[in-house]
Amino acid sequence: MSTNVKFRLASDRVNTQILTGDRIPRLYTPGEVVTAQQSFMRGHGTYVEDDDIKASVAGVMEQVNKLISIKPLKSRYVGEIGDVVVARITEVQQKRWKVDTNSRLDSVLLLSSVNLPGGELRRRSAEDEQMMRKYLQEGDLISAEVQNIYDDGSLSLYTRSLKYGKLSQGILVKVFPSLIKRRKTHFHNLPCGVSIILGNNGFIWISPTSTSESENDGGFTQNLSEVIPRADREVIARLRNCILALAQCKMMLYDTSILYAFEESIKYEVHELLNQEAIFDVAFLTQHRLRLQEI
Amino acid sequence: MANQDLLSDQGLRLDGRRAHELRRIRCKLGVFSQPDGSAYLEQGNTKVLAAVYGPHQAPGKKSNHSEVIVNCQYSMAVFSTGERKNRPRGDRKSQEMTIHLQQTLRAAIKTELYPRSQIDVFIEVLQADGGNYCASVNAATLALIDAGICLKEYVCACTASLANGNVPLMDVSHLEEVSGGATLSVASLPSSNKIAFMEMSQRFHLDHLPKVLDHALQGCQQIMSILDKAVREHLALVGSASDWGNIAK
Repeated sequence: MSTNVKFRLASDRVNTQILTGDRIPRLYTPGEVVTAQQSFMRGHGTYVEDDDIKASVAGVMEQVNKLISIKPLKSRYVGEIGDVVVARITEVQQKRWKVDTNSRLDSVLLLSSVNLPGGELRRRSAEDEQMMRKYLQEGDLISAEVQNIYDDGSLSLYTRSLKYGKLSQGILVKVFPSLIKRRKTHFHNLPCGVSIILGNNGFIWISPTSTSESENDGGFTQNLSEVIPRADREVIARLRNCILALAQCKMMLYDTSILYAFEESIKYEVHELLNQEAIFDVAFLTQHRLRLQEI
Repeated sequence: MANQDLLSDQGLRLDGRRAHELRRIRCKLGVFSQPDGSAYLEQGNTKVLAAVYGPHQAPGKKSNHSEVIVNCQYSMAVFSTGERKNRPRGDRKSQEMTIHLQQTLRAAIKTELYPRSQIDVFIEVLQADGGNYCASVNAATLALIDAGICLKEYVCACTASLANGNVPLMDVSHLEEVSGGATLSVASLPSSNKIAFMEMSQRFHLDHLPKVLDHALQGCQQIMSILDKAVREHLALVGSASDWGNIAK
């Protein structure tokens, strides 16, 4: 088998920065004095020293009445109640699973916040505790929602809805959490026959749209025997490359932008989308279409 | 000693700088997509890559309930110096450097904000031409900012030395390091004028210390303004590409 590998000099690199040159808000950098007035309260990303409120991260100021906070443009995932996340099980413990959500501390999924097979109202017995690894084991991927945030900042998740649960066949794409646009819905069935879950934590799940609706099994079944046709897999691979192209150009990811990128990428072969030129072209055209829509 | 040649009669150094001039600094933020934050920094011919992972959950044994664990790893590429040399990660020089970096970065990071967490900082020197510690600190600062980790302020480092017995030199290169007198490395928090770390390679007379230290601190100030400019440019580019994303205008 011959492979086509491209090496290029640093000077030949494609500059993927999409210059827009529109208005830039006031930027703050660590140690900079935000305000010297004492009538304000300090929020996240700030600290008080010598009666001044100073920024501790590089980003943009956000003011709610008297509360001043600085939001960094990029950081680890900071959870909010109601966020949709895609996460990976890292540990099975007593009555709970430890889950990696790309946040500062590991999150937990309590046994009491999952739907067990056999109906909603079921007591959780000692057998269920022993069966935990049957339902979810280390390395499994799940989709879930943030139920609660503990005092130390760690998240508690739940999957007590049919749309959440274990993920079976598909691709996981990791991007920076700040690139995911917050929307009403993060589950999308794209017209190209692919479902996509945009986790607020920067994990994106791409899978073929399932035809058969799952029964009352609590979402713990994985249909690994079903063969996905080649055409579908190519579409999934194309979508993955499109998402990575947008992410590399630091563009926001949501249903419209991903769909536009997909449509603009049709002229390329799937593997060509790994080239710098193609990445930039797709991102640029997508940006252009999004701009046209705004006006 | 070759000390006399470090500064010519015209007041120029071996590489054509004047005594109080820095080497050219070029830097770039967000060079990798895998780590949470990353930066590349060139200070003259010294080239350093920094990557920051975290804050993430600290492993059980090491976990600290009051503050974050800062974990550094400093390493030099095989091809980084004049003669090729394989340096295993655990060698004494890198270990010492690792501890120094850790101490410096802890002074800048607001450690109390991240209990039970850990921040990993990986530094790789691609080309070593003097002031490796300084370039590493400056690159690490940028990488930490890129990762969105709360810092008290920038932490910058600069070296200073003495030429001709009494003229202080700022930001010495490798050649000046080996042929000149003692080198003083200082890491400081420039806006509050605090010193986070200070090290001398050999002894010199106490009378010289104030002016050499003053030069090093001035260097830190200048480096901070260069880094600050780079951070702002980076923010403006990234922000406008994402249309300032989830952040209110």
